Amino acid sequence: MEAAAETLPSIVELRDVSKRFGETVALDHVNLRIGDGEFFSMLGPSGCGKTTSLRLMAGFELPSEGEVLISGEPQGSRPAFQRPVNTVFQSYALFPHMSVFQNVAFGLEMQRVPKGEIQRRVTEALELVQLPGKENRRPKQLSGGQQQRVALARALVNRPKVLLLDEPLGALDLKLRKAMQFELKELQHRVGLTFVYVTHDQEEALTMSDRIAVMEHGHVLQVGTPGEIYENPTSRFVADFIGETNFLDGRILGREGLTARVGVGGLELWARAGTEAPGDGLVTVAVRPEKIALSREKQPGRNTFSGKVEDITYVGKDSDYRIRLNEAVVLRVRVQNQAPGVSPVASQGEAVWVGWPEEAARVLLD
Amino acid sequence: MTAIGRAARRLRESPALQGTGLILPGLMWMVVFLIVPLILIVVLSFGWRGEYGPVDWGTTPTEFLSRLSFSNYARLIDPLYMGVLGTSLRMAGLTTAICLVVGYPVAYFLARSSHRWRGLLLFLLLVPFWTNFLIRIYAWMLLLRTEGLVNRGLVTLGLIPEPLQIMYTPTAVMIAMVYEFLPFMVLPLYTSLEKLDPALLEAASDLYARSARTFLRVTLPLSLPGVIAGTILVFIPTMGMFVVPDLMGGARTALVGNLVQRQFLSARDWPFGAAASMVLMALTLAATVLYTRVSGFGEELVV
Repeated sequence: MEAAAETLPSIVELRDVSKRFGETVALDHVNLRIGDGEFFSMLGPSGCGKTTSLRLMAGFELPSEGEVLISGEPQGSRPAFQRPVNTVFQSYALFPHMSVFQNVAFGLEMQRVPKGEIQRRVTEALELVQLPGKENRRPKQLSGGQQQRVALARALVNRPKVLLLDEPLGALDLKLRKAMQFELKELQHRVGLTFVYVTHDQEEALTMSDRIAVMEHGHVLQVGTPGEIYENPTSRFVADFIGETNFLDGRILGREGLTARVGVGGLELWARAGTEAPGDGLVTVAVRPEKIALSREKQPGRNTFSGKVEDITYVGKDSDYRIRLNEAVVLRVRVQNQAPGVSPVASQGEAVWVGWPEEAARVLLD
Repeated sequence: MTAIGRAARRLRESPALQGTGLILPGLMWMVVFLIVPLILIVVLSFGWRGEYGPVDWGTTPTEFLSRLSFSNYARLIDPLYMGVLGTSLRMAGLTTAICLVVGYPVAYFLARSSHRWRGLLLFLLLVPFWTNFLIRIYAWMLLLRTEGLVNRGLVTLGLIPEPLQIMYTPTAVMIAMVYEFLPFMVLPLYTSLEKLDPALLEAASDLYARSARTFLRVTLPLSLPGVIAGTILVFIPTMGMFVVPDLMGGARTALVGNLVQRQFLSARDWPFGAAASMVLMALTLAATVLYTRVSGFGEELVV
């Protein structure tokens, strides 16, 4: 997947870009290539540099070092109004004194597009975001979801090469956000445009993106498809930030090709390790709670251990089990809940077995 | 339950009653010190000057009322007084325009300055108000007179061959009025510019607008409430101003404020002064209403 994306002609590229605000380093030698037509997300906690990256692409900020390229063209210190990209702002930034029509028409008007064409394209854009008939409303008279659509139309109507979206769904409630996620993805498909999408919501990034860049402290930690990022995180931060993970600190005891034998708190378990893993030394093993099977009988395979149910938390669709394997090791296991009346896999205090396939555990270097 | 207890309970349960209670002191003040004197002035403006006093009250109220007439207003339709009114309108309009042109960049700068400095800058803007108004006007007289600092500086620098006659001209009046009322323009402008979301300016830039067009299409329309408030705050008091023209303009720049003042204090013709002040009020009101209509103030308040 990574290879496929690499072969796409890149539409936006950050080449060794750094950005400093006074003493603060917002971006530290970042390299990114975003392929034409991709839905590319930048994911990370606040202050990780994702919004700064987006603002550098838009031209609201200029890099302290390095180069931003759009369609292969270095942007230098080109201001925002000369770049072939458009932005959907987190706060929407709709002009409050203009009607919906005037808002959407603004970009075309500034580019001196003829009146008739403006009329046609604005109508088209409002149809595209399913907001026809609201041309004469003021933004204040629309709901949050509708304002969001106006912001989208206002950007899309200019037919940019890249659409930059800065947490566009952040202000919407959960139900609407889910609906808009789907709609945005669908829209991107239809217009075939590159979307660069900034979010701190890992679920949003996983559902919508072709590729994700996970960022922290001004660095890009990992770039990959949602599957790669979720199943094969290369660092503890990524594994922790995306989904939930058991982290087991241990030491590598031996290797069998790409599988390593790791000693964790007196237990021995097997986990996938990249070629880059050290022959010995301290490592962390990451196992997702939902990849661990829970049973009353011993399970086949090398990663099977006995333990005791310490605690069960009901979380709706699933239950979270806390299983103590020994004094040092506690695992969280996520089990889907049975139909009402069917007795659960195990109850509190019961002795159980846990197990997982070797591929489900990964050795992390840091 | 006691009567007081019942009343207290009624008050607690009725927001309308609470509102009335809160508005009452202010309302009383307005009635006693604004409405009543205003009625007096209105009545007076139709009255007659006494032979020995400022007003001829007649021997009985009926006699006084029966002699009311429009004669004072008729007297005002005289080229001399019309000229004074015209000058007043022109001076007030010009002062307001200069305040707007000078004050807008100041307000913009204030609104965009970092929070660390903003407090200090606002403070500096208001510091002159700690000194008495008259003292500040006298300071301007010292600066602008023929042997004043400004003239001597310019002559010393060789920029002008001989001192300029600034004092006792309309220019001097204008300088002092702009100085005096500039903060009244800057503060409302600052308030509305400060509320302007910087993301809107970025959005305009993102949508291919250069800074000049961003200003005309986004910044200026969104600061219109401030422009209107500032304009009204400057225009109304400058229309009625009489101290500044008196001191800075000498006798040569008489404004309608001076006319009113002289009728009450030196000419001792209160009815005529009252009529002049009524005309001043009507003129100011008309100009303000016209202005707010044209600038679409009501519509902008929706934003």
